[in-house]
Formats: sequence, C-alpha cells, structure tokens
Amino acid sequence: MDEILKVENVSFDYSDAQVLKNVSFTLHKGDFLGIIGANGAGKSTLIKLILKILPLDKGRITLFGTDIQKFRDNHKIGYVSQKASSFNSQFPATVSEVVMANLYSKRRYPFLGYTHSDYEKLERVLETVGMLEFKDKLIGNLSGGQQQRVFIARALISEPELLLMDEPTVGVDAMQYAQIMDIISKLNDEGMTIVMTNHDTPELIRVSSKLLIFCSHGNGEFLNRADLTVDEVNAIYAGKRGHHHA
Amino acid sequence: MLDMFSYAFMQRAFIVAIVIAFIAPCIGVSIVLKRLSAIGDATSHSALAGIALGLVIGINPILGGLLFSILAVLSIEFFRKAFSKFSEIAAVIVMSTGIGLTAIISGFITSGSSNLNGFLFGSIVAISNFEMCLTIVLGAIVVIVFTLLRHELFFVTFDEEAARLAGVKTKLVNTTLMILTAITVSVASRVVGALMISSLMVIPVACAMMIGKSYRLTVIWSIIFAQAFSIFGLIISYLADLRPGGTIVLLGVVTLIILMAFNRDR
Ligand SMILES: Nc1ncnc2c1ncn2[C@@H]1O[C@H](COP(=O)(O)OP(=O)(O)OP(=O)(O)O)[C@@H](O)[C@H]1O
Ligand SMILES: [Mg+2]
Repeated sequence: MDEILKVENVSFDYSDAQVLKNVSFTLHKGDFLGIIGANGAGKSTLIKLILKILPLDKGRITLFGTDIQKFRDNHKIGYVSQKASSFNSQFPATVSEVVMANLYSKRRYPFLGYTHSDYEKLERVLETVGMLEFKDKLIGNLSGGQQQRVFIARALISEPELLLMDEPTVGVDAMQYAQIMDIISKLNDEGMTIVMTNHDTPELIRVSSKLLIFCSHGNGEFLNRADLTVDEVNAIYAGKRGHHHA
Repeated sequence: MLDMFSYAFMQRAFIVAIVIAFIAPCIGVSIVLKRLSAIGDATSHSALAGIALGLVIGINPILGGLLFSILAVLSIEFFRKAFSKFSEIAAVIVMSTGIGLTAIISGFITSGSSNLNGFLFGSIVAISNFEMCLTIVLGAIVVIVFTLLRHELFFVTFDEEAARLAGVKTKLVNTTLMILTAITVSVASRVVGALMISSLMVIPVACAMMIGKSYRLTVIWSIIFAQAFSIFGLIISYLADLRPGGTIVLLGVVTLIILMAFNRDR
C-alpha cells in the first residue's frame, strides 16, 4: 500500500516547554487520522511540523516516501489552518481570488492568466462547500463560518492527496458542519488521505480510521481505531493523563 | 492651456509623471495591504541622503537615490528579522538613519540648497533627458516584474504562510517587492519629491479600497486614481504656478475625503 505520511520518533519543544515526545505513526493511502487532545496538547504543533511551518529537530517525517526537507510536491498537500480566517478583514479580495490563488502549486507558468478549466475547478470546490453563490463577494464581508468554508475550498482546489485540517469547522453552523464532515468522508472514500483535529470527539471517532491521542504532555498514542467507543477513548485519555501525572 | 505642452520640460514632466503614476500604485497595493506603508517613508528619506550625496560628489542624484534606497530596503529586511512582529521599528530606524545622513551630507552641498529642495518637494523644470530615459527604463522594469509576479504578490500579501506551502518562494518575492519599492521611490523623487512619494503609493490605493470590489479592481482603480492625480495635479500646478508634488498629493487627499463622505452616505 502507498505510504503517504510517516512520522518517526518526533519530539518537539518550544523554548520553555516540551510539547511532543516520541510521536510515531504511519498513514497509508485512504487513511483518515483523527487527532484527539485537550487545548495545548500539541495537535497544531504536530501538523505544523509536518508542513515545515515549524522546524523539526528531533525525529523524522516522510511525505510520499520523501524526507520533508527534500519534499517539493506542494500540490499534493492541502492545509486548513486553525487560524485560517485571521487575515485582515478589510483586505479587498473576493472568494474566487482567494481560492484560485492556491492553484499556484499546480500551475506550470504562474505568470499566465487562469484557464477555463481553472474556473471550472473553482466552481466545483465552491459548490462542494456550499459557497458558490458567494464567489464574487469580498471575503472580509462573510461570516466566520462562511470564511472557514472558503478556506476548506481553497485547500481542495489543488486536488491534494493528503489533506491536513486543524479544526477546520470552527464557527461552522450545525447543518453546514454535518455537510462538510460528509464531504470530507466522501473525499476520504475516494482515496484522499486525511488528518484532522476537531474537538467533537464522537464525530472524529466516527469518521476516522485511525486515532492519535495526546495526553496533555504530548506523547501521542497511535491507535488503529478498532471500533473504539467515545467512552473507551476517554478512558485511555484519562488513563494516560493519570499515568503521566503519577 | 494647451501651450504648456509646447515646452519640452513640460513634455518630460508629463511623461515622467505618467510612468510614476503607473508604478507607484502597483507597488503601493502590496505595501499597503501588507501593512508596510511606513517602508515607503523610510526608503524615501534614505533616498534623500543618496540624492544629497549625488549632488555633493557630482553623480546623477537619482542614481545616488537609487543606490541608497536599495541599501535602505535591505537594511529594513535586516532589522525586521530582529523585530519580526513590529516591522515599524525597522522602518523608523532606517528612516532616522536616512534623515541623519541627509542632514549631514547636505551640509557639504556647495551650490546652495535649492537643488536639494527640488528633490524634497518635487520639481518639473529640472528633469533632464537622461533622467526621463532612466525613469522610463526603470519604470518598465517595475511594470514587467509586477505583471509577471502578480499572482505571487497577491498570494504572499493575503496569506504568506499559505503561499509558502503552495510553493511560492516567499522570501524572493518579498525581496523583489522591496527592490521594486526602492526603484519607484528613487525615480519618483524628481517630480513628486522624496517627502511625498509614499503618499503617492498609499493615497491612490486608499481611494481604490473605497470602491474596489476585488483585488484586481483595487489594483486597476489605484492606477486610474494615481494617473488622474498626477495628470490633473501637473496641469493645476502649471496653471496656478504651484509646486507639482504638493498639488498631486493634495488632490489625492481631497479625492479620498470626498470618497469617504460618499461611502458613508450609502
Ligand atoms: N509559539 C509558541 N511558543 C511557545 N509555546 C507555544 C507556542 N505555540 C504553542 N505553544 C505551546 O505548545 C503547546 C501545544 O500547542 P498547540 O497549539 O500545538 O496545541 P493544540 O493541541 O493545537 O491546542 P488547541 O486544541 O488549543 O488548538 C501549548 O501548551 C502551547 O502553550
Ligand atoms: Mg491547535
């Protein structure tokens, strides 16, 4: 099976605190990894290490069989950050402009204009997240949840093989949330490998095929989701925490 | 009124003003949206030191200004590393250095201060043929690079982290933008004056943001506003015998205020 992401013995500390300790796991094509952990457990830190937003100094991360230091196929990876919508709200950019910018990684001659098929892709991803009717609106004039959906569309437009989502549905209303989770599950069924953090543990357990559970001091336990119930996850989580504090 | 075009110096002034009104707003859009407006001022005050040096040692002042502007933007990048979240600090350090150097170097200008004055507030009579050609060549470089890099510039301006993840060479794009800024500042110092260049980069963009319904339209409107301010500013300054730089900038401010009032009514 195709190995998409391999994390080996990764540890990380910010200047004052150790956040991750010896995290290891492997994802294959079509896996859906749910990352569970309290605020400050290190979920975002791990995702940022995979994306080289933070420098990796202990351990090794491989993407599509290539060490991340040498990895250049940016278009294979999509990312929705936890703070995606923290841009300057007066920035004069439309939904279309924001989403299409991310086609950059796929365009061979970026200085040329967009093609007809680029616009088709735009319509398709906006349709997917239910934002097509807003395509010419200024992004700053949308609600928080609508902006979040635009950033999901932006991650999808480059047709990534691995999609990393750090609480992508913050501020999204219940109905849209259900729809977006369905869409993500469907993309996963079609073969997209997904990594997702989300504080809705039951839902994350439902959609994930693998789970990474962080206790508050970050040595993640990688579980194949062998039909864990929420209670069992909570038990593991509590147990680890208890163990750690002992 | 049309007789003004029969003077060679006016023709040169118009050509130079039109070129500047193309490049200043293009650069201005990125500078304003990246919240780096202070960099325009820092660069122009450093350019002034180079202009003064040029006048003292007898090289073309615009070339002297260009050299110092580039040094200025590179030092801003250098200081910005130390205060990454407070880029204004870097801008102020470089600006103070520029003003200090200008004050000292200008003490050595022998031919009186009138020459440097022309660069402070802009002057139309003084543009030489060489300077006009220099402006056209440098302006063309700025427009071409801006056009080729328009997607990268937008992406980096809107969301630098996402741009880098998509494979945009963000450091290269940022450095290029800074060098284009330096070029724009130094060529614009002749007509608009070093003290007012950053206004010509910022005010048209501010006006465009009042009406722009997308990034693309904001860029286009910025250029239209800058052209209108420059051309009408020059005509008014000729007819009323005013300084061109001041006229151009004040025309922009008045337009902005009108647009703001109009925007509030809607
Ligand atoms: N830039 C930073 N400098 C120092 N410490 C940091 C920094 N960013 C995060 N931390 C610390 O690292 C720990 C992990 O943070 P991280 O953002 O990875 O948590 P998280 O699991 O994503 O939490 P949340 O559920 O709130 O998103 C936290 O304790 C936080 O205080
Ligand atoms: Mg987080």
